[in-house]
Amino acid sequence: MHFGPHLLLAALEGLVTSAVLALTALGLSLVFGVMRVVNVAHGEFFMLGAVLAWAITTAIGGHPALGFLAALVIAPLIVGAIALIAERLVLRRLNYNPEATIVATIGMLYIIQQLALTFYGPEARPVEPPFSYRILLPWFGYSGYKLSVIAASALLLIATWLVLTRTKIGLIMRATQYDSETAQAFGIPVGRVYGGVFALGAMLAAIAAVLIVPISQAHYLMGQDPLLLSFIVVIIGGLGSLRGTVVAAVLIGLSDGIISMFFSPTLAKIIATLLVAMVLVFRPQGLFGTASR
Amino acid sequence: MSEASPAKAYALHLGAIALLFVLSFLLPEYYHGLLARIMVLAVFAMGYNMLFGYVGLLSLGHAMFFGAGLYGAGLAIIQLGWSVPAAFTAGLGCGAVLSLIIGLLALRSTGVAFMIVTMMFAQVFYLAILYFAAWTGGDQGMVVPQPARVLTFGGTSLDLTNPTVRYMSALALFSLVLLMMLAIVRSRFGRVLVAIRENEERTKMLGYDTFSNKLAAVVVSGTICAASGAAYALLFGYVGSSFASVQYSILPLLWVLLGGAATTLGPLVGTLFMYYVIDVTSGYTSAYLLIVGIALILLVLFFPRGILGSIRQRWLGWLP
Repeated sequence: MHFGPHLLLAALEGLVTSAVLALTALGLSLVFGVMRVVNVAHGEFFMLGAVLAWAITTAIGGHPALGFLAALVIAPLIVGAIALIAERLVLRRLNYNPEATIVATIGMLYIIQQLALTFYGPEARPVEPPFSYRILLPWFGYSGYKLSVIAASALLLIATWLVLTRTKIGLIMRATQYDSETAQAFGIPVGRVYGGVFALGAMLAAIAAVLIVPISQAHYLMGQDPLLLSFIVVIIGGLGSLRGTVVAAVLIGLSDGIISMFFSPTLAKIIATLLVAMVLVFRPQGLFGTASR
Repeated sequence: MSEASPAKAYALHLGAIALLFVLSFLLPEYYHGLLARIMVLAVFAMGYNMLFGYVGLLSLGHAMFFGAGLYGAGLAIIQLGWSVPAAFTAGLGCGAVLSLIIGLLALRSTGVAFMIVTMMFAQVFYLAILYFAAWTGGDQGMVVPQPARVLTFGGTSLDLTNPTVRYMSALALFSLVLLMMLAIVRSRFGRVLVAIRENEERTKMLGYDTFSNKLAAVVVSGTICAASGAAYALLFGYVGSSFASVQYSILPLLWVLLGGAATTLGPLVGTLFMYYVIDVTSGYTSAYLLIVGIALILLVLFFPRGILGSIRQRWLGWLP
């Protein structure tokens, strides 16, 4: 294969990563933007989505598309419910103090990971894709499912953006993000908004995981890389900015796909992490964000 | 933190050290080895406490300082064939230099950004260990051979693999760092750090250079953690990348929170208690991460001051 098609393949793989990353990072960004909570357990909600997708498709059986669609609906709902319970029982009682919530979400990370290991086991298990149509390009065949992941993610991102900017729920969320005390004074149930946002953030991660699990398998440690990458995306995009998050996800996903096709993945990770840390040190508002407060 | 009773405080600390000394002769073999390990890790926790407890900076990357000591000493002894004291010094030096660089960079950020920046630098350190597997042994780690772990002074030689020597070396390091912490806390420097924790703007207004005080705290904290790492490599003979992973950045936070942040003996109490809990529960379940997770959540929910912090608040106001 020549360099051009090779690059196209790397770019396509990178776009699939970007699509999933954008959804996951959007969840993290919403939670941070509205609640000012850094959710370290976010990657575990992602992992939980993938593991539940495996459990649901196995339980339903039959045609793979049937199980997959069921997983796409049920897994995020279960993950959202778990997140909501965690928010009610723990985060709310901490008054969303930034440092205490980080420690608490680290605790959640360990609990969820250990429970997944105990009940699901250390194996990586595959989920069959709902369809296995291959699109033939002049140079190579490419999985139609992977392209549909990109499309599905784009649709979800647009839907989230519409909800945030065009509906009353979005208005309430933005008001809470802007100034929670004033929002409270205007009769917005800030506590319920926080609960909803935390659940929504976890559900976005779970949806991303269900989409990716037919491509990469479900494993109890699979939440770590998405967590770190989401942090990177959210930081580069500017904490709490939706547009920046999407742009940064495409940027990171593409460069990750291309760099790791031509260089050692560990080296790529070292360079990316170091660069992001430097961005955070020298430009804390992110590359696209504006200085806040 | 009252002025009233320096004598009481010193008596308590010397008493604790004496107790640990006596325990060396009373404990059965298994607990004897475990306590030596706990004392070394309590030094790590004390280094963490210096920054988290007294300056109020929550770092999620202290595993890199422990790792710097561990690999600094380990590589010096394995790859360069240095003697034990030289390797220990190399470990300390690596920790001091690394913490100076990290401090200069990370202290430009505050709050949540500081936590994420420290976590990312630690991740880079961890990945670098894996990347340079030709020297570091990658995720397999390295074993420090027994003949290299012998300390010679003139004619006498001390074998660090001998349980009693190992215990006493761990105790010596622990006592030294504990008394140093007590002295720092009672010094002018320690008081400035607490002032920064309580209100940085006001401290600045009073004419203190808060940045250089914080930087000094990061370097002291990082060097203490490196001392713990270097001692771990020399006393227990294993240098592994898992000690530089995120988990080893979280564990000292857990130990310090459990024992009581900003108490001098808290790190020891927390480390001891956590090992005790894991030891007891490992009889029933292998899921020790579950216990770590639950402990973290219960602590921040109900005992944000930790064991010694709660005791100080309720009964013993003079506890340093």
